[in-house]
Amino acid sequence: MIEVEGLTKYYGEHAAIRDLSFTIQKGEVIGFLGLNGAGKSTTLRVLGCVLLPTGGKVRIHGIDLLTEPHEVRKRIGFLPDVPPLYNEMSVGGYLRFVAQLRGVPADKVDARVQDVEEKTALRDMHDELVSTLSHGYRQRVGLAQAMVHNPQLLILDEPTSGLDPVQIAEMRKLIRSLRGQHTILLSSHILPEISQTCDRLLVIHEGEIVGQGSEHDLAKGSASAIDIEVAGTPEKAKAALGGVNGVQGVEVLKSTAEGTAHLRVTASAELRPEVVRALVNANVDVLRVDKAASQLESIFMQLTQTRHA
Amino acid sequence: MNAILLIARRELGSYFRTWLGYIIIAAVLLLQGILFNAFALGSGMDRRSSDVVMQFFYTMSGCTMVAAIFISMRLLAAEREGGTVNLLYSSPVRDGEIVVGKFLSALAFLAILLFATSFMPAMVLLAGKISWGHVFAGYLGLLLLGSAVLAVGTLGSALTRSQILSVIISALMVVALLTCWWVGRVSDRPLSSVFENLALWQIHFQPFMSGIVHTRDVIFYLAITYVGLFGATRVLEARRWR
Repeated sequence: MIEVEGLTKYYGEHAAIRDLSFTIQKGEVIGFLGLNGAGKSTTLRVLGCVLLPTGGKVRIHGIDLLTEPHEVRKRIGFLPDVPPLYNEMSVGGYLRFVAQLRGVPADKVDARVQDVEEKTALRDMHDELVSTLSHGYRQRVGLAQAMVHNPQLLILDEPTSGLDPVQIAEMRKLIRSLRGQHTILLSSHILPEISQTCDRLLVIHEGEIVGQGSEHDLAKGSASAIDIEVAGTPEKAKAALGGVNGVQGVEVLKSTAEGTAHLRVTASAELRPEVVRALVNANVDVLRVDKAASQLESIFMQLTQTRHA
Repeated sequence: MNAILLIARRELGSYFRTWLGYIIIAAVLLLQGILFNAFALGSGMDRRSSDVVMQFFYTMSGCTMVAAIFISMRLLAAEREGGTVNLLYSSPVRDGEIVVGKFLSALAFLAILLFATSFMPAMVLLAGKISWGHVFAGYLGLLLLGSAVLAVGTLGSALTRSQILSVIISALMVVALLTCWWVGRVSDRPLSSVFENLALWQIHFQPFMSGIVHTRDVIFYLAITYVGLFGATRVLEARRWR
């Protein structure tokens, strides 16, 4: 239902995105993952009908974004990286304005405003001035304006940026609660957050898509790592690990003065029992065993690093 | 509801929800009140009513131009500064509708401002001998002159995200249009009459001061308004490319 083909955007000589292609099915929650400056915002701004692309095709519900931008705009709700709020208006007044601007019929405006205020827990803030709101509330009003006209597609550019951990959890819950009512496209550079919220990830790096699929799909074929802490010198442990089948490498992260060492073993996380057994057999005391960082993080690092190489 | 009216209504409301609107009205009333007392009424007691009103429109035209620059400074610059332009861009609204809506709100505000000054000629109307037509023509001139400056200011406001820069750019464009008169005076025919007729104030506003409405003057101000708004729309469209 959203088809992007060869999307390219140049800022002067610099290509922010190059030949981007992907499709999104109705009802999917898609995460755009990338470092700052990778081209996430540019892509979302093009899909949000704010920017015009230099080349390529975008079709939303079969409607071409370039030839019929008006029809597309009626079907999307866009939350830019900075929520587009008028500080001097009240929350309710602002949402009413946006609803009317996006073409909600006059007799349905109040009901729509009330509905999104309930969904985003803004009912108590209805009469507050936007300028008096905290950052978390501003972000919620931003989300409320994006969905006030009940669009089929919601485009959210870093909806959790600048929020505290509690607010991030609330925002995540809120976005998940919208699943099924809208197709959602959101971006982030925070890995765990996006993998918990989305059905499918598009990893974007230097303006190109370097990987896509679910977290599980992306993990296939990518080696993960095990973190271990042992007593004694790292050399003895390294020697013991060298003999384990499936271990691709051992890296010493830290060896402390108290006589312990942190090692990172490049191997599938399923090999943890074999690794521990090998160490114990070699008379090395194991203090701690962990899966290294988040799975997604290592996938991401690998996907982006192979591009640099 | 029509997008133009919707945008205009919101914008007009924001003049009064912030201090800007009240400050501009207060400043104009104060300045014009002083000028009216000092020059229009003057010290001599033997002035004719029509001269007093003419003087009023003379000083008021200056106040209107300065006020119009400040009224229009935030129209589009503030939208970009606050990021709210993205809301308008992603809504089913044409760029021209955004510009016209913004301009109409400024024009409505200017009309309110002009109405607030009307007690001055009204006093002359009551105490002296002038016609309603004279006052009406003067105000029509002020509204047209103001509309042209507002459109130029809208263009200035579209060019930058800083309101201060927007004032400076708009003021430069208005001064350039005003000094066309002087350029016309020092250049040779046929250029001289081109420049003289392009001048914002001299040829086209003075008849209104004496209560005369020429079609060509009305058309001149409407044309400047159109060009300003057309330019602002184009700037807004061009911004979508970068």
